Amino acid sequence: MLVVRSAETYYGNIQALKGVSLHVNEGEIVALIGANGAGKTTTLRTISGMLAPRRGEIAFGGRSIVGLPPEAIVRAGISQVPEGRRLFTTLSVRDNLLLGAYHLSWREKRARVRGDLERICSLFPVLRERADQVSGTLSGGEQQMLAIGRALMSRPRLLLLDEPSLGLAPRAARTIFDAIPRFRGQGLTVLLVEQNARAALQIADRAYVLETGRAVMEGSAQELLSQREVQRAYLGRGYRQVWEDE
Amino acid sequence: MPIWNPRAETMARAELEQLQLERLQAIGNRIWESVPFYRRRFEGLGLMPEHVRSLDDLRLLPFTVKEDLRTGYPYDLFAVPLREVVRIHGSSGTTGRPTVVGYTKNDLRHWRELVARVLSAGGMTKDDVVQIAFSYGLLTDAFGLHQGAEEIGASVIPVSAGRPEEQIGIMEDFRTTALVGTPSHALQIAEMLEKRGVARSRLHLRWGILGAEPWSEATRRKIESLLGISATDNYGISEVMGPGVSGECENRKRGLHINEDHFLCEVVDPESGEVLPPGETGELVITTLTKEALPIIRYRTGDLTALDPEPCGCGRTLVRMARISGRTDDMFVVGGVKVLPSQIEEVISGVEGLEPRYVVVVDRQDGADTVEVQVEVPGALLTGDVRHLLSTQELVRQRLEAALGLGVEVKLVEPRTIAPSEGRTQKIIDRRTSEGSDF
Repeated sequence: MLVVRSAETYYGNIQALKGVSLHVNEGEIVALIGANGAGKTTTLRTISGMLAPRRGEIAFGGRSIVGLPPEAIVRAGISQVPEGRRLFTTLSVRDNLLLGAYHLSWREKRARVRGDLERICSLFPVLRERADQVSGTLSGGEQQMLAIGRALMSRPRLLLLDEPSLGLAPRAARTIFDAIPRFRGQGLTVLLVEQNARAALQIADRAYVLETGRAVMEGSAQELLSQREVQRAYLGRGYRQVWEDE
Repeated sequence: MPIWNPRAETMARAELEQLQLERLQAIGNRIWESVPFYRRRFEGLGLMPEHVRSLDDLRLLPFTVKEDLRTGYPYDLFAVPLREVVRIHGSSGTTGRPTVVGYTKNDLRHWRELVARVLSAGGMTKDDVVQIAFSYGLLTDAFGLHQGAEEIGASVIPVSAGRPEEQIGIMEDFRTTALVGTPSHALQIAEMLEKRGVARSRLHLRWGILGAEPWSEATRRKIESLLGISATDNYGISEVMGPGVSGECENRKRGLHINEDHFLCEVVDPESGEVLPPGETGELVITTLTKEALPIIRYRTGDLTALDPEPCGCGRTLVRMARISGRTDDMFVVGGVKVLPSQIEEVISGVEGLEPRYVVVVDRQDGADTVEVQVEVPGALLTGDVRHLLSTQELVRQRLEAALGLGVEVKLVEPRTIAPSEGRTQKIIDRRTSEGSDF
């Protein structure tokens, strides 16, 4: 579904991605793990069109999307949930969700928005309860659900999730991680960036380990979980957050 | 015959090539990071791992040869600390020091899976009773094939290599259905059965999954007819893993499917190192794509083969390699013509009454290369009439000249003057090179 080949992305003169290749098959949950500054978020931003790669190819559904503006990439079916959620905190939950459909024509909106809201609220029932509440008053976990819900309003085929557990209380993080595998039932494919490697590997099918802008490992999530180097570097061997399952 | 991992073995080529590129880049990044030997090689060539942007860029990378592994003996080329290595094997040290190979837990998991693919392609299922007739020890064959058969769920008997009588006894008593060993050992067993007049109906044997040395189609036919089995070839080399690199499917004459999601294979000209197009015979070069403990880039196997990317009727999309036709060290060039011992073997085996026991003497007289093939005559032929001997000699000469495309002398010699051609017997005596060194 998504194929990235040897992407090289720069911030000014600093090369952040040194030839990253990866792929995501339809229906998969794929995780990108690695330390801070490894290039995980840069990879997502390169895919979603926020950053332009200097070299390399990116194809979605067989068509190149390199050089397309972000809104065209959203229309093609890729939606990114940014790190830190980036909500309009003074708007209501419902209005934030509706903003996720901003790129649709009036006619399209009328045809599908109601059903989409319903679908998203069934994934995250708390959003229905708080529909009229100003989103700034939501808890961190609820805000993250809202951010994901907003991304789903564009009916993506591929969801890019950037650090969904960042800054969340353990219970809230768990709710988010429990919800991600359920997206599959909605015909959704997920590319997930996570610092919490163990949690990510537990819900992912496959994963890539990034180090200083390079992919150093690729494999099934199960394989990487048992890889001792991965354990030492990213799983904090022996240390586990209370809410994580073995 | 069943496909063990349809997802991997029938993957669309574009998908497979993407996976290969991702894994090649990851291996490049890992060895650059963790193996000083490769880091120095890369630096010497002014190469950074990110210069590998496509599969074609593989040819930018340096070759690894057996000598590199010997120099790094025992652990210098390992990419992980020894505490992460859960198995260590070695290769035979017929010449010089042995080479050492290591495996992490994931390496062993992959190895089991890849051997399971090869064994399934040869016909094995969980219902089989498998007799492993390789020696258990430092070498990779016995353990590799053993684990793969267990992965399938077959009943595995670790007999090890032994006297043919012992193998036959266990085969009868344990109702063995699959024999795993070298073709020469299988042939010994088959000949012993024939000699002792054991009825084939007393055996339950169905499959022979044979490898670890080159063998001719003639040998295959003989093993198959004497044992009443389907015999398939498989290939592996310990430096990159062991058995599990490739194996034949039911379309046997079409070659061995390479497990390309784990091994990237090229065929190069043994002298120039240039990559050869599909179909041309040259030296097999293997890059490991998933090995964690001992990743190897462009390993010169010394084995001669050719690649065939045409789709196969079995449904696997994996490229095929021809059965190994010899070693680069055995290939010799006469008047610009490349000759392989296997070509000569095929001709001799095709002649009624002759066994493929021979020696080739290459010499130079008055500036011209000469080739003399000495063939051992079995006792039965010697008691016959001299004219028959002479006509046999002439027949071999004509067929060899036709097959090789050059002039050949043939000499028939007494039985047991030539050692049986098992393992690394020298079949080629090249007197031209020893002359040259006098200067």
